[in-house]
Amino acid sequence: MNGPQDLGGMMGFGPVCPEADEPVFHGEWEKRALAITLASAALGEWNLDMGRHARESLPPHVYLGVSYYEIWTRALSNMLDARGMLTEQEVQQAQMLVPPVPTKKPAATAAQLQAALAAGSPYDRKVNHPARFAVGDVVRTRVMHPSTHTRLPRYARGKTGKVVAVHGAFVFPDTHAHGLGEQPQWCYGLRFGGAELWGANADPTLEVMVDCWEPYLLETAA
Amino acid sequence: MTHPTHPHNHPREHEHEHEHEHNHNHNHNHNHNHDHDHDHDHASELSEAAIRVRALETVLLAKGYVNADALDLIVETYETKIGPRCGAQVVARAWVDADYKARLLADGSAAVAELSFSGRQGEHLQVVENTEGVHNMVVCTLCSCYPWPVLGLPPVWYKSAPYRSRAVLEPRAVLADFGVTLPTDKTVRVWDSTAEIRYLVLPQRPAGTEGWTEAQLAELVTRDSMIGTGVPKSAPLQAPGAAGVAGASA
Repeated sequence: MNGPQDLGGMMGFGPVCPEADEPVFHGEWEKRALAITLASAALGEWNLDMGRHARESLPPHVYLGVSYYEIWTRALSNMLDARGMLTEQEVQQAQMLVPPVPTKKPAATAAQLQAALAAGSPYDRKVNHPARFAVGDVVRTRVMHPSTHTRLPRYARGKTGKVVAVHGAFVFPDTHAHGLGEQPQWCYGLRFGGAELWGANADPTLEVMVDCWEPYLLETAA
Repeated sequence: MTHPTHPHNHPREHEHEHEHEHNHNHNHNHNHNHDHDHDHDHASELSEAAIRVRALETVLLAKGYVNADALDLIVETYETKIGPRCGAQVVARAWVDADYKARLLADGSAAVAELSFSGRQGEHLQVVENTEGVHNMVVCTLCSCYPWPVLGLPPVWYKSAPYRSRAVLEPRAVLADFGVTLPTDKTVRVWDSTAEIRYLVLPQRPAGTEGWTEAQLAELVTRDSMIGTGVPKSAPLQAPGAAGVAGASA
């Protein structure tokens, strides 16, 4: 979706302000925000792409107006609420008012979470169909504006680039985010020249590398 | 040059005061750090966001959706165990061991696992090497994708709108915000982490570090040099710890 998350190429946000000796967390609440977000995800009620879609579905003025951990926790509330797991009234009153509902997985123990964090969750998958493109191919990205989740940023739509890597087949976010299955697709590393993305005034030394799933790509006339 | 203390264009996420003021980003230049050293848990000082997170945690615990010890483990893991010193060890190893470097560039996840770094957000790690001709820089324009097992959690600026919007458009201007200037003819290659591949920059080894140990070299590797918004620290005149050299470890 053309949501507030798709920031590449936007202007007006001001300079980047690195913070000297930045702490890992700015206050106790950020620690708790990280912890409840990761631990709740372990219930299996939503996947990574659903989580991303919940964040980008926040109203733009909210997404752009709050800190990143608040984006996480607002999206978390919305996902819990949508599944009947927790109500806004319960959050307001900070107490359980309705009983819990069954979840796909039980709450993870510390040991289970430790193992899960250490193992990670690979998103590459075996597929039976061959990759349509190869390293060196020149391809064009689709012009598309789905109202649903996608990982093709606006600045890279309708652009011509070169395939520089065939990463393998990966879970397809565009379906996975909407409960339509993993539908793994080949994923490629593409290189775009600065002028292709930004026009004649672009930095002539700029190259932008974008990872794209095969359904985002079209063949170009040779 | 810009500085973290700039009063108007503060990226909203790195404000200590967002314990108080998280929704008023455009007109705030007041009292930025007034509660910085105070107890963030003090109820009377909590922002709406902090109160909400506390309420969420309370209800999640009450309903048995999360376990308290699991929450503590997550915080402890990312606060004390996983961070940019992990990545610095990887870089230092690559600088001293050509075979390791070759494995690292061929399969990042497998090579960092040799040093016992692996896990969430590092399942598909690709290491990209800075050279005389190419400077690499990593961004996630769509969210906050970042190689957690080697760098830990991302800094606030990495997740902020200024960085995410500008890195792919004008990386040299972004680098200037970090005080970094590159030769005008050097290729600037920006990696947008749009899929599940995570990127780590292998910076160039600083001159004058011949014969240094891995541990000494790792001290020169900054977090930003592995994101590509910085370069490693310069070597002092002689290796740190070398006998009789005043200030060598400065």
